[in-house]
Amino acid sequence: MITLVAEPFEPGEILTAFCAGRDETGAVASFVGLARAERGQALALELEAYPGFTDTAIAAFADEAKARFELQDYRIVHRIGRIAPGEAIVFVATAAGHRRAAFEACDFLMDYLKSRAPFWKKEHGPDGGRWIEPTAQDRTDAQRWD
Amino acid sequence: MARVLLFGRLADLAGWRDRLVEASSLASLRDLLAAGDAALGEALTGPGVQVAVDKVVVRGEASLAAATEVAFLPPMSGG
Repeated sequence: MITLVAEPFEPGEILTAFCAGRDETGAVASFVGLARAERGQALALELEAYPGFTDTAIAAFADEAKARFELQDYRIVHRIGRIAPGEAIVFVATAAGHRRAAFEACDFLMDYLKSRAPFWKKEHGPDGGRWIEPTAQDRTDAQRWD
Repeated sequence: MARVLLFGRLADLAGWRDRLVEASSLASLRDLLAAGDAALGEALTGPGVQVAVDKVVVRGEASLAAATEVAFLPPMSGG
């Protein structure tokens, strides 16, 4: 399941709920991405999504990942709107029979979310805001899986 | 009437994000927007800008029926 949320969320609660009632799951891997302060240079992040487009694109990709890694389930929560340093931006959890698939699928989903997911990101610093695009490193990370 | 949505830097450049425009095709819609704001017109055809019609990315031309939603999508950043 994928959720885009405009308010801060609590990763621990989502992980607890995701783990509940899994008699046949041997492994759950999770990742939480936080907004960095960049030593005062990043006052806030602003993330824009296109509801009905962004979530559909992520779901299509995540369903591919589910088949590729033989996942039992996944959970993605992504912030939109204005995000303060220290707040969680993204939560990803994957459930599988064994740990390797859960770890790899989690990594794979994050590489996609960081580089190709349809978001528009603005960094607000002391000198104003600027729209940012994926870094070369983000693209290289994503290409590992091609 | 097509509902036009702008995202990211395109919305900042235009000063609006959501507007109703009377246009029967993507080409006429682009012409209308460019006639009102030359800088926006240029940006809409800039490198990496994609167009989604009713939330599906289209390449090339498309006719626009009433209540069609047209979104101009600048290069995506990832989350």
